[in-house]
Amino acid sequence: MEFDLFLRYGPDLLKGFGITLLCWIIGSAGGAALGFVIACLMRWSAAPVRWVLGAYIELIRGTPFMIQLFLLYYGGPYMGLVLTPVQAGITSFIVYGSPYFAEIFRSGFQAIPPGQIEAARAIGISEFTILRRIMLPQTLVLITAPLTNFVIILSKETAILSVVTVPELLFQTQTMAAETFTYVEPFLALSLFYWLLVVLTAELGRRIEIRATRHLKRAASST
Amino acid sequence: MQFSFDVILHNLPYMLGAARFTLLISITGIALAIVLGTFICAARIGRSRVLRVLSGLYISAFRGVPLLVQLLLFYYMLPRIGLDLPAMPAAILAVGMCSAAYVAEIQRSALQSIPSGQTEAAEALGISPFALWRRILIPQALRLGLPSLINELILLVKVSSLASVVGIGELTRVAQNITGQTYRPLEIYITAALIYFVINFTLSQLGRYAERRLALT
Repeated sequence: MEFDLFLRYGPDLLKGFGITLLCWIIGSAGGAALGFVIACLMRWSAAPVRWVLGAYIELIRGTPFMIQLFLLYYGGPYMGLVLTPVQAGITSFIVYGSPYFAEIFRSGFQAIPPGQIEAARAIGISEFTILRRIMLPQTLVLITAPLTNFVIILSKETAILSVVTVPELLFQTQTMAAETFTYVEPFLALSLFYWLLVVLTAELGRRIEIRATRHLKRAASST
Repeated sequence: MQFSFDVILHNLPYMLGAARFTLLISITGIALAIVLGTFICAARIGRSRVLRVLSGLYISAFRGVPLLVQLLLFYYMLPRIGLDLPAMPAAILAVGMCSAAYVAEIQRSALQSIPSGQTEAAEALGISPFALWRRILIPQALRLGLPSLINELILLVKVSSLASVVGIGELTRVAQNITGQTYRPLEIYITAALIYFVINFTLSQLGRYAERRLALT
């Protein structure tokens, strides 16, 4: 182990980690937002819209991320869409994540007994309030764990962005390995960075879950 | 460069042959993930403190380490401690065990979102624990967790491409090899994407069918 390598390449690795973080956070947040919109449209819009969105979900979910990224980055210029690597990476990340998020939100919506929504409509609560006050709080109980799962998976998929030369963590690690002919040190650093991300995400998910299940816990302890 | 269907037709047999390995890893990996994931979930929510801590460690470790690293560990490190696994079992074991951690979390969240009042009511009525699980908890948990489970299994199919690093000629690796020979990335990768799509579409339709069977109405 040569620890002075970390001093020399530390700034590059940190820069790469920053770009990994950027792509991951924007990609996850954008994907979750788009997925939420899709899940809502799948529930409330007309049949043709649902068919189109259903096809979108199957198509994006059914094909590998790397191929989508290749098509956007190398195929895009043929259709007049020229993106920088980071732009292409973030865009394809949002598109790739959205159907998975949409399915997670759909599973949450379905878990709510229809009687509750019918009752809410019958007493004149608006659709938006039903979504915000009745569906979302209950949905959160079920979907926090799958959401955490998927956000963790996305954090590791950022590594794929290195194939279109996004200078993220894996890219910097490979540069470091190639320039110094060392392999243990760079990849040890890489694993530590990813592990840090995952532990923090899992902890955040746990906190949200504790908050979201407060009402269940209270019911259980009062008996 | 013109889009050429000849390239696709000529190479399709090789790619379908490679897709067999993708299917084999996926199907056995899915079975392993579901069975093992169920046991881990049971340990995670059970009474035993030791089992709870152990299963928590398992989930943290297998979710926290990239699958690629896990695969390399299984294939190159296990022989050092006297467990010599061939490439295929090593790949299946790594993919399945990693996925089991995610499956366990999905099942746990599904079980925990069932209101505790139902369990209390069942206990008050004198329903046996076995009947409580078989008739009340498991059917509901299956229905609640199914969409997330299908999400995870589809990811498993796609992540099987990593098995190429331990020398298995599965779909993605063969597509790369053919691209190297023909210099036709567009045609070959689109074909590969279509084959993955067929597998995953089947999986998601099975999921939809199961969801309809389990639906409330």
